[in-house]
Parts: sequence; C-alpha cells; structure tokens
Amino acid sequence: MPPFFIITGIVTLLGAAFAMSLRNLVHCALAMAVAFSGIAALYLQLDAQFVGFAEILVYVGAIAILIVFAILLTRSGEAPEKSVLTSGWMAGIAVSAMVFTMLGWAVLNSSAIPKETPPAPVATVKNVGDALMTKFVLPLEIIGLVLTAAMIGAVIIALKEDSQKSKSEDGGQQ
Amino acid sequence: MFDKFDQIFVTALHWLVSFLPEGLRPFVSALICIAFVMSVFPGVFALTTVLERKILGRIQNRYGPNRVGIPFTKIRLCGFGQFIPDGIKSLTKEDIVPRAADKVVHFLAPVVMLVPVLLAYAVLPFGKHMTITDYDAGLLFFFAVGGAVEVSVFMAGWSSRNKYSLLGAMRAIAQMVSYEIPLILSAVTVVMVVGSLNLSEIVKHQNNYTFGIAHWHVFTPWGLVGFILFFIASLAESNRTPFDLPEAESEIIAGYFTEYSGFKFALFFLGEYLGMFAIIGLGITLFLGGWTSPVSFLTWIPSYLWFLSKLMTIVFVFIWIRGTLPRLRMDQLMNFAWKFMLPLALINILVAGIWHYMAADWPRWLVCSAIIFGAYAILGRGLMQNQNFGKRIYRYAE
Repeated sequence: MPPFFIITGIVTLLGAAFAMSLRNLVHCALAMAVAFSGIAALYLQLDAQFVGFAEILVYVGAIAILIVFAILLTRSGEAPEKSVLTSGWMAGIAVSAMVFTMLGWAVLNSSAIPKETPPAPVATVKNVGDALMTKFVLPLEIIGLVLTAAMIGAVIIALKEDSQKSKSEDGGQQ
Repeated sequence: MFDKFDQIFVTALHWLVSFLPEGLRPFVSALICIAFVMSVFPGVFALTTVLERKILGRIQNRYGPNRVGIPFTKIRLCGFGQFIPDGIKSLTKEDIVPRAADKVVHFLAPVVMLVPVLLAYAVLPFGKHMTITDYDAGLLFFFAVGGAVEVSVFMAGWSSRNKYSLLGAMRAIAQMVSYEIPLILSAVTVVMVVGSLNLSEIVKHQNNYTFGIAHWHVFTPWGLVGFILFFIASLAESNRTPFDLPEAESEIIAGYFTEYSGFKFALFFLGEYLGMFAIIGLGITLFLGGWTSPVSFLTWIPSYLWFLSKLMTIVFVFIWIRGTLPRLRMDQLMNFAWKFMLPLALINILVAGIWHYMAADWPRWLVCSAIIFGAYAILGRGLMQNQNFGKRIYRYAE
C-alpha cells in the first residue's frame, strides 16, 4: 500500500472515530468534516477528481456547516454530563457486528458485483458531464425537482412564523 | 527576446531542478513552487495593507502612514516600510486565549483558515506556463477549497465563547453561503462557453485578437454581466465593504476574530487578504483574460506582469469601494443576493447558452444584450417597488 493511502486512511478513520466518541456535539461535527476531507483525498488518489472536489464542496463546505448550525440552533454548545457509552453498549456492539457480517456476506455473495476488477475507466470531468447530460439526465432532473420541492417546503415552513411576527411588528409601529 | 523574459521563472525553475537526481526533482520543484506562492502573495499582502491605509487616508483627507521606510536609514519610501513594524508588533504581542474558550479549536481556526486559502493558489495561472498544478477540474478545486474557509470561520466564532464572535461567525457563514451561489453561477457561464473547467484552457480561449483587441470574456454581454456579478460576489466572499457585516466594528467589534490577538489575529488578517487575492485572481482568469494583454501590440510585456497589474488594479477598486460605500444591512444583503443576483445569474446562464449557439454575427450581440437589459430593468424595478422608498423619517430618543 502506498504511504499516502495509509496516511489518508488513518486520518479518515480517526476523524470518524472521534465523530462518534467525542462528548461535545460541535467537536463531533468538526471531526466529521475531517473524515469527509479524508474521503475526498482517497477519491483524489483514485484519480476521481470530480467526485473528490464535489465531496469537499458539498460535504465539508455545506453539510458540515448545516450540521453545526442545526446543533447551535437546537441546543446549547455545552457538553452533556453523562458518559458517551450508555449502559447497553455491549448489546450495541453485538448488534452492529451482526449487521456488519450480514451485509458483508450479502455483498461478497451478490451477483451484482463482478468478481474480477474491471479496467479503470477514464473518468475526466468532461466524461462525467457528458454522462450526466445524456444517460443520466432523467435522474438528474428528478433530483433537481425533489430538491427544489424540499427547498420551497422549507421556505414555506419558515415563512409562516415570519409573517405572523412581522404583522405584530407592524401593529406595534403604527 | 521578450519570450525569454516572459518565461524567466519557468526556465529558472527547470535550470535549478536540472542539477538534482531524477527522483528528487518533482519534490523540489513542488517545494520551489510552494515557496514562490508563500513569498510572493504575502509580500503583495504586506504592500496592500500599507496601500490600503494610504488610499483610505487620501480619500478621507488625511495622510495615512508616511513615516517608516527602510529601517536604520533615513529613506522613508512614502511610508511603504510600515508593514515591517506591523509584522514585528503582531509577533511580539501577547497571545490571549479566553479562559472559557475551547482551546484546541481556538488554536486550530487560524490554521484551518490559511490552508485552504493557500491551496487555492495551486490552480491559478499566474503567467504563461505558470500554473502550479494544472488540474482538469481546476475551477471546481478552487471553489471546493474555498468552501472549507466557512468551517474555519465557524470554528473561530464558536470556540471563542463570545457572543460577538458567534454573531460574527453566523453572519459571515450566512453571507458566504448566500454569495457563493451567484459567484459559482456567474463562473458557470465561462465554463459553458469555453467547454472546460481547466483554468489554463479558459485563459487560452481568451488569448485571441480581433482588430488588435483581445477576446476577453468581459467584452461580451454575458461576460460583462458575469464579471459584475462575480465582482460583487467576490467582495462579499472576502468580507469587504459594503459587505463587511461579519466584522462590522461598530456593531460586533471584530466579528469572529474578536478574541484573537497577536499573531493569530495576523494570520486571520493574512488569510482574509490572501483569500481576496485568490478570488480576484480567479475573476481575472475567468473574465479579464488571465495573463493575456488587452491589446495585441502590448503582448511583449511579460505575462506575469499583466496578471499582477490586473490584480493590483482590482485591489485598488476594492479599496476605493471601501472608502466610498457604507455598510449594508443584513436584510439588504440577503435580498440583494437572493432576489437580484441569483435570478440575474440564472438569466445570464441562459444568455451564455444563446450566445454559444447563435452564429457569430451582430444579431447575437443584439439578442443577448436585449435579454440582459430587460432582465436587469425588470429585476431592478421589482425590487424597488417592494422597498417603498420614500422620505426617510428620523426618530430621536426623547
């Protein structure tokens, strides 16, 4: 294994581990941002530039910020008193190990995955763009529609409160 | 002859590296490139701090710094040595960390700020054959690392345990996220017309001349609108006046870096200015022809000098705007981004598509300009109607 792969792998795993185990939720979110950047570095090592950069742009630049904002807006930044491991952690590990073995077994025996490694495709950004605009244009459009609907829904939810508030403010001014 | 001057840095690098064994060459040439970025752009930053204070002084009818020149001599250099004592001062100041601060995150925030900003320089073409890493998706790389700056702003604001810091960070992130959309959408037009995300390709596309005038994208209708949108959005992205709400001195002290002192403060300052230079450099590359000359008879001037002079010109305009315009309000800021710049950027994408598919003749100029002017007029009118601009009523405390 090349040393760069080992370094990025360790960084990613450490970030993920800290994201699970740290007490302060904001620290967890920041550790997750580290894990995301590690995954992006792994993609870049596989010569998948578009996926790597999109990973940083979307996950580090947007998702991590979104999570952090959600934490800040819903609760205070104080760390909880009780320990991270709850009483049922043994059972949790057992269940997760079982799920992992089941999934691993299913993946390894699945016919959807070819047994031999196929030759690496040339995945330039141009190819990705061409594929998105020709073969996968319908999924792209559907995702766009769903996201737009979600955004409009979020705006409507936020708007309701706002209009009531501004009404009362207007009343106060006049 | 002039070609040699143009390529002097590239030849020097090749010459230096040629003395080394084959295995070491990529490492050393990468190190030299990093040293180049780390010395040139902080140098430009140092000069810009003095220049900014002097120009602001000039605009406000005062002198600005005019004492410090070369140390231990009587040469004053009109005060352009001011950055040396400033740097020494920030190095020797006490580093104060609030007792309640989250020490690790507080320490890491300036570093996390500076790293992506410096990474962004990796893809900028500073001159002919002077791109450090010529990524196929260079533009995407630039925006991707730019997104990491928001994380550092949040880290600084949150870890300080200070209401002003947190408010500043919230404002900064809201502003950056909002203005990143018109920024990227205005850059998309260039990608559509050039057909590449590679920044060197984009510059090459503009390096043609008709009647002695360069084919810069800013000289086309969609390019002009794109450049203006990009310019405004880059002002907001680099937290400059009139979009300096995140660090509005009169409201929230210094925003997210209120609780930073000494060299950490200087790092934030450096990161902010280097981010500004990087985004201006991208704007130059996308719309102002990168390192190309505007007229064909001036092509003998070295390409890196063109890049640097364009950079400094836009930096001057930034300073000029800082000395001229007052700060926006938060609702004005958001309204402007979402109700004016975003629709205009979307229409501009449409116009760029029309431009790409119409024959290269005068009708496409007419059609594209007409669409843009119509959209601009309708959007501007629509926004003004909702504002109810009337006579301003002042209320005084009784």
